[in-house]
Amino acid sequence: MMRVGAMVVTGFSIAFATVIFQTVTQNRILTPSMMGVDSMYEVVQTLIFFFAGSASIWVVNQYLNFFTSLVAMVFFAMLLYRLLFRADKFPIYLLLLIGMIIGTFLGSFVSFLQVLIDPVEYLSLQNKLFASFINIKVQLLYIAIGILVVAFIYGYTILNKLDVATLGRDNAINLGINYDRLVMNVLILAAILISTSTALVGPILFLGLIVANLSYQFFATYKHSVLILGAGLISVIALVGGQFIVEHIFEMTTTLSVIINFIGGIYFIYLLLKESRAAG
Amino acid sequence: MIEIKGLTKRFGNKPVVSDVTLSIQPNAITSFIGPNGAGKSTLLSMVSRLLDADTGEVLLDQTNVKNWKSNEFAKRVSILRQSNFLNDRLTVRELVSFGRYPYSKGRLTPEDEQFVDQALEYMNLKEMEDKFLDQLSGGQKQRAFIAMVIAQDTDYILLDEPLNNLDMKHSVQIMKILRQLVDELGKTVVIVLHDINFASVYSDYIVGLKDGRVIKNGPTEDIINSEALREIYDMNIPVQEQNGCRICVYFNSHS
Repeated sequence: MMRVGAMVVTGFSIAFATVIFQTVTQNRILTPSMMGVDSMYEVVQTLIFFFAGSASIWVVNQYLNFFTSLVAMVFFAMLLYRLLFRADKFPIYLLLLIGMIIGTFLGSFVSFLQVLIDPVEYLSLQNKLFASFINIKVQLLYIAIGILVVAFIYGYTILNKLDVATLGRDNAINLGINYDRLVMNVLILAAILISTSTALVGPILFLGLIVANLSYQFFATYKHSVLILGAGLISVIALVGGQFIVEHIFEMTTTLSVIINFIGGIYFIYLLLKESRAAG
Repeated sequence: MIEIKGLTKRFGNKPVVSDVTLSIQPNAITSFIGPNGAGKSTLLSMVSRLLDADTGEVLLDQTNVKNWKSNEFAKRVSILRQSNFLNDRLTVRELVSFGRYPYSKGRLTPEDEQFVDQALEYMNLKEMEDKFLDQLSGGQKQRAFIAMVIAQDTDYILLDEPLNNLDMKHSVQIMKILRQLVDELGKTVVIVLHDINFASVYSDYIVGLKDGRVIKNGPTEDIINSEALREIYDMNIPVQEQNGCRICVYFNSHS
């Protein structure tokens, strides 16, 4: 029950965050996870294990661990947005590249620290870095649900504005939307949603990309109520299905993140190829 | 009444619009003309609050555009620019319905539906209202966007090069509809045009811009003559009268 609950919560928050993020950034390839938010989670966890160790209060006290990662990720996302989206518009591929570079940089930094870490510590760190629905604290799940409910209620109030934002900045302003404020609010909301889900179960890099794009394809509409609900359901199916494969086919020899990232990575390449063909 | 006072905009160090002051005549078509890079579109973007001015102000009914509530402003002034957006999985009718957003916030009342129907009929789009945008030709798409602006039912309609990529037939059609909007519904239309003959034949007033400054400003007959056009375009442009229209014959001209 707990696991299914966690999957529903994670699935919907990743789907929601990705769809609204892609609407306001007017792209279908970048997701908040890919902009380095997920890597930031790895950095925080590694730093904690590196400096404090697995027996320290930062790890043992799950609340502390949860909120530290949450705050760090939201803070990092805000910093990134400020740098990238406030200035004049960068082309989407440049943003993608910057996101990848930041992600790789943080990744290398993390591996460097992991090499230095005590091997036993490293094993327990690794548990934290793979998305897992197996050992979730009930209390943390409740906190995450609380955060998400508030975020969803706010998200619900701006659904109509998001529909208008589909028409692009100029048309949205023409129709009386305070566009820059909407973009900022949506970016903050997306950061909180992604960070909460990552802090709860760990990073699942490509999930948002897959489910958002499948939802655009299946539902062929501009209505965010439909797109988000659709993406959320696909997301839950992917997580439950992925977990089933992990448990019953691979008999726990691999992890859910590996499966989702494998499928997601292939789909990502497909999208890039399709996009470049459309542009060329 | 829209008044523009001392409006200036720089991109980097380069002034694109400098110290422009003019008022838009109500219940008329005003065309902005001028060579590439004259600042026509930038000026229009600032009037419609898509772009912030560096100095100067734009007043709508004596109130600075920046101090208008965004939603109230959207009921008075509409702006249409060439735009591409990602999700074109929406139908013509859905697009035109967006024009009612300032009034209905996405929940259309029967009255809103009426406005949408009227706009669709005005633009001759009734029979293709259920088509998706990506099934339309460039001209049909442009008409759908103009229908959205008509459904928005604003006193002022600002259009940035609405004839781009349109053939002659559709260009004439659109200019005639704009004329109707002014003559029958009492709207005020401001339009950026590249083709001076469309400006000459369909507009009441013309503003000639060059290097970000207003060079000429007045009724159409004062602007469409060789002397005034030479100042705007640095080019010898003979003007001939044909069926009561002044046509600029700028082909083969020597500067």
